[in-house]
Amino acid sequence: MANAPLNDADLRATVIATLQSIAPEVEPALLRDSRPLRLQVDLDSMDWLNFLIGLSERLKVAIPESDYGQLVTLKDLMDYLKARLA
Amino acid sequence: MSEFRLPSLGADMDEGTLLQWLVQPGDTVHKGQVVAVVDTAKAAIDIEIWQDGTVQALQVQPGEKVPVGTVLATLLAPGEAAGAAPPIQAAQVAPVPPEMARAQAAASGAAGEAAPIPAQGPPPPPPPPPTSAAGPAPLPTLQAAVSGLRLRVSPAARRQAEALGLELQGVAGSGPGGAITLADVALAAASASASASPVRPAASAAAPVAGPTAGTPATDRQAEIRRAIASAMSRSKREIPHYYLLETIPMARAQQWLAEANAGRPITTRLLMAALQLKAVALALRRYPELNGFFIDGQFQPAPAAHIGVAISLRQGGLIAPALHNVDQLPLDALMPALADLVQRTRAGSLRRTEMVDASITVTNLGDQGVEAVLGVIHPPQVALVGFGRIAPRPWVDAAGGLCVMPTVTASLAADHRVSDGHRGGLFLAELHEQLQHPEEL
Repeated sequence: MANAPLNDADLRATVIATLQSIAPEVEPALLRDSRPLRLQVDLDSMDWLNFLIGLSERLKVAIPESDYGQLVTLKDLMDYLKARLA
Repeated sequence: MSEFRLPSLGADMDEGTLLQWLVQPGDTVHKGQVVAVVDTAKAAIDIEIWQDGTVQALQVQPGEKVPVGTVLATLLAPGEAAGAAPPIQAAQVAPVPPEMARAQAAASGAAGEAAPIPAQGPPPPPPPPPTSAAGPAPLPTLQAAVSGLRLRVSPAARRQAEALGLELQGVAGSGPGGAITLADVALAAASASASASPVRPAASAAAPVAGPTAGTPATDRQAEIRRAIASAMSRSKREIPHYYLLETIPMARAQQWLAEANAGRPITTRLLMAALQLKAVALALRRYPELNGFFIDGQFQPAPAAHIGVAISLRQGGLIAPALHNVDQLPLDALMPALADLVQRTRAGSLRRTEMVDASITVTNLGDQGVEAVLGVIHPPQVALVGFGRIAPRPWVDAAGGLCVMPTVTASLAADHRVSDGHRGGLFLAELHEQLQHPEEL
């Protein structure tokens, strides 16, 4: 991304805000970064797709479907997005 | 002069609360135009009008809860002079001969749909008895909310704002006539949460949130949804002799086709397996019409089109299965956005009346929750429900008799034994199996 790089806190805030736009009941303080996200938040396949669409639009990154398998935990997602944004 | 009545809102709903008029006396209206928003147990529903004309008088005020069939407004036909003074008493509901109500309901049922659909669900109820001046007790919270927002707000936006605990008064509207749209709410919510402590967006909003905004109404709605489900499902289990069939379907071809199709697509146009499954059900139904329709007054009435009820879980609990229209005729590229839109609007509590009443079979997909299979409860007056479990790699014996690992799904059929038999039901599942082996033809 051409803009100033996001720091970890900003990136996390963006990810959480996107998640909350799909699942408003999410309490960020209760999310464990290293546990599978979809075991912590009730996301069906449509929610998951919308979540990734939201992230790709806010961060202007492409997320190929073949990469979905790598994106299990919040940490996975953060690492993946950081790499794509770098 | 003609009367615009509260139309049927679905099999298990016999009354609604008028939330908002979108027209005023003197406004010209056109067939199919959404003129009012009515709250039901399940969602706020946009109510369309089924004839052209000019609004003469509004007979029901926001906040009033009235039975299906109640005159909501009077209309002048195009060119008709206002004539005598319009009825002014809002609370008065003139009794109307049943034939008239029925004729009107039938006409509206036939006129507006994409395909001519027989008025679905139970026949239109007789007109309500003239309500006395007492009238129904208004819902204080709703009424306060509504009168507070003489703002123009789309139902989806209102519901979402409620869910987010967002006050609509300060939100700038970008829709027609300055109406607040879902996008406006999302924007307002985003800016509210951006400036918030990392607690909850709702808690950060200003004073109005003091008593958790969404709290009371949301709880009410949850209770009402629970009651609506309880009533429909109890009726189903009381009246419908269900039979159940299961079929294990290999999904390697469908998965591979989907992966290839999505590889070349931007994320916003990617397809979900759920869309393929819905289409496969719709195509399989063509040869098994006895699974697609309604059992009414002791008789099966086949549906003329595959309007599939899609079971959609609500985040706060409960579910709604609104109709996705003409699924058999939608290419996947049209089906997918239609499905996404339906899910979004269902969760936002903004559905059209036709979506609440047209479903002629239901599909439920609990695979995302990881269940192996689901044996469904038919939604009366429908006669069948198709369920999908989780797609996962499982041991499989291939055509040559060799053991391999194959992604499979267990599809189930729950059907009404008054209308169909296990033999035909089994053939339907075999056809569904076959449809999913040819994803390129879906």
